[in-house]
Amino acid sequence: MIKGVKNIFKDGVFQDNPVYRQILGICSALAVTNLLINSFAMSLGLIFVTSFSSLTVSLLRNYTPGHLRMMVQTLIISAYVIIVDIVLKAYFPAMSSALGPYVGLIITNCIIMGRCEAYAQKNKPLPSFLDGIASGIGYMLVLMSIALFREFLGFGTFFGIAVVGDWWTNWIFMIMPPGAFFMLGIILWLANTYIPAKDEKVGGAQ
Amino acid sequence: MDINPMTILIASIFTNNMILANFLGMCSFIAVSKEIKTSLGLGQAVTFVLTGTSIINYLIYTYLLEPFGLEYLRFIVFIITIAAFVQLVEMIIERYVPTLYYSLGIFLPLITVNCAILGVSLFMVIREYTLLQSLAFGIGSGLGWTLAIVALAAIRQKIKNAPIPKGLQGAGVTLIITGLMALAFIGLSGVVTIQ
Repeated sequence: MIKGVKNIFKDGVFQDNPVYRQILGICSALAVTNLLINSFAMSLGLIFVTSFSSLTVSLLRNYTPGHLRMMVQTLIISAYVIIVDIVLKAYFPAMSSALGPYVGLIITNCIIMGRCEAYAQKNKPLPSFLDGIASGIGYMLVLMSIALFREFLGFGTFFGIAVVGDWWTNWIFMIMPPGAFFMLGIILWLANTYIPAKDEKVGGAQ
Repeated sequence: MDINPMTILIASIFTNNMILANFLGMCSFIAVSKEIKTSLGLGQAVTFVLTGTSIINYLIYTYLLEPFGLEYLRFIVFIITIAAFVQLVEMIIERYVPTLYYSLGIFLPLITVNCAILGVSLFMVIREYTLLQSLAFGIGSGLGWTLAIVALAAIRQKIKNAPIPKGLQGAGVTLIITGLMALAFIGLSGVVTIQ
């Protein structure tokens, strides 16, 4: 059991990382990574939605008719996203307006649907829940590493705290869209070069 | 919010491009941009669905959800509208315009999960657009998306045989190209801007 849990996390976070290995969920990975704090909030939201949707899908897997399962999954995911949206609006209004429509877009984040379809549909509730958390952490890892560089180079700050002196010139380019594309491209390059794929045929990203 | 719909149309094609400025619809953007012909097909389908769903979602939101204070249900309602619209369009096209169905057919189901569609509906609510503005925003976003994916497909066809480092092949180099395209489009931002 312990070994199984370890494998789920190893796969979800490194070897089968949803972002750099499966190229899923990159819309939000690009959009919210101009600040570390935004990426952090977004990742927590995604971990919550992925893990609980996987849990629910897995619990209902024997009662869901095959041809309706996509619809059921979408509705389950939407319900959890609504919870995240309401909580953000009520307790963190500033964060809610900074993330804007990207909170709602968690619904179409392919990571969640992918995990529900590929794992939760065929596995028991507890492993599915952990698998959701693992994929969410994998997503968080990539988002935070992009945001670390973008925030540092673009604003000269770390979580909003200035870490460099007056001599620093901000790279405005890094906080604009092209910076996001370049950073994610570079991260994909590094990941494909240094983190071995589980087996060769999964390698070469499509 | 009193912006000329024409301004919104132009801005959403060039300066507030769905992909290059808002990162929406990236999944299919990277997966389907290998050939110009298929990209153009997907682009047409996206434009069509965006135009339809932005109007329908506007009407549902203003006349059903808002009067009853049900705004928080918008995520579920929008995604159902989009799925239903795509299904309906698929059936109508298959019945009456079979030639169009064969060129667009395979792309339609893909569109339900394209985040650009849901994104446009959500942006429209946040920015409090009117009906005409929403229509312009829907059409413009679709055209902008098509422009970006066709341009990317053209570049990818040209570099098919280029010696790219192994780790960068596929999605990696596509992202870098998209970055360069985004950089080029920023040059147009002096023309019109909407926020």
